[in-house]
Amino acid sequence: MANAVQAEQKWWSGGKSPFNLEYGKLMMWYFLMSDTFTFGAFLISYGTIRFSQNFWPDPNVVFNAFPGAGHANLPLAFVSLMTFILIISSVTMVLAVHHGHHMNRKGVIKYMWLTILGGLAFLLCQAWEWTHLLTGEHATLVNGKIELWPQTVTKNPWGALVEGPAIADALKNTSHDTLVKLVHEQQHAMTHEQLHAMSHEKLAGMLDMGKVHVRTAGPIAFGGYFFGITGFHGFHVFSGVVINVVMLIMAYRGAFDQRGHYMMIEKAGLYWHFVDLVWVFVFLCFYLI
Amino acid sequence: MEQQHTASEITFHHEPRPDNVKRIIRTTIILSVITIIELGLGLLMYAVDMSGGLRLLVKGVIVILSLAKAAYIVSIFMHLGDEIRNMIMTIVVPLLLFIWFIIAFLWDGGSWKTLKNTDAGHRPETEQPAAVPDAKKPGSKE
Repeated sequence: MANAVQAEQKWWSGGKSPFNLEYGKLMMWYFLMSDTFTFGAFLISYGTIRFSQNFWPDPNVVFNAFPGAGHANLPLAFVSLMTFILIISSVTMVLAVHHGHHMNRKGVIKYMWLTILGGLAFLLCQAWEWTHLLTGEHATLVNGKIELWPQTVTKNPWGALVEGPAIADALKNTSHDTLVKLVHEQQHAMTHEQLHAMSHEKLAGMLDMGKVHVRTAGPIAFGGYFFGITGFHGFHVFSGVVINVVMLIMAYRGAFDQRGHYMMIEKAGLYWHFVDLVWVFVFLCFYLI
Repeated sequence: MEQQHTASEITFHHEPRPDNVKRIIRTTIILSVITIIELGLGLLMYAVDMSGGLRLLVKGVIVILSLAKAAYIVSIFMHLGDEIRNMIMTIVVPLLLFIWFIIAFLWDGGSWKTLKNTDAGHRPETEQPAAVPDAKKPGSKE
């Protein structure tokens, strides 16, 4: 192997690769290190804001929905699914790199397909999660009345739980439409029209307050950080999928066999693992602690 | 020796190891188990009403488990552990900045909270400069 280095080949102008690495692969590492600092800065600034607040929403309360499970309280279930999808797609990526080392084009193609499907599945999950948060209707006590709030970058319905007489007062000031929606949640047998026709007091009396969870408005920064950081991560996943698709097409066309090596798969793999790595910390900061 | 296929810049090889697939599977299992433990601890904090100190301890354990996960991904899946030591150091040493980064900024957040909850950030009214209209108080948030 030693005679693989020839004097006239001026790799990197220094004669040989100092780290025994291909130039592109080393630069991918340095790019990923800089990206680590970008994500780190985002997450740390989130931490600063969170440390400056007296109250912060419990992730188990915010993230408790699962597609098709209706209003069932399933804290962390969906995000665990997303986490495992990303871990598994990382594993299929390692296997693609492994087959690349052995010049096994079929193996590379098979595992690149699985990796791409994993990435797309993750993106679909994230799309559902965002939609669920942005279109949700959560009873929030605002200015002495109850409003139905989604989780957006300007509204946060996850403040402290409100109990007792404060709610009874708030119900009097609450708009008729909101009250109808609140009652309809509990009384599916009656249509919106039937409920609309009833008086304000009667509707308020029909509400089982034990089942309505009214909260105060929570810290607004929560939404901006959540959508900003998971969005930036999602964009990385998206670009990773695009890169993997390009790699897959090149593999189909036999480009790597012509070159005699599958180094490009390794570099794309580094990027893809980084996406998984960042998710470890996004998952930690937003969902677990 | 098994035939190797890499770029011409690579002068010697340390990969793939013969037990590579076995190592990948073992790492997958480790990552999954750590994730399940993390989820268990997360749900435990939701289900059981803990005191502040105990809750902090559980969160600390979750953070350490996440760091372990990150180490496994970087060293096994990204093969950083198989690279030359100096190469590893050029990646790992700059990351030490995070030690300062995290401590300084979380401390700052905590200090901000203290200022908001007390009047420590406000000067007594008599010390306010009188002539400047619309002067903002130091520590006020607008």
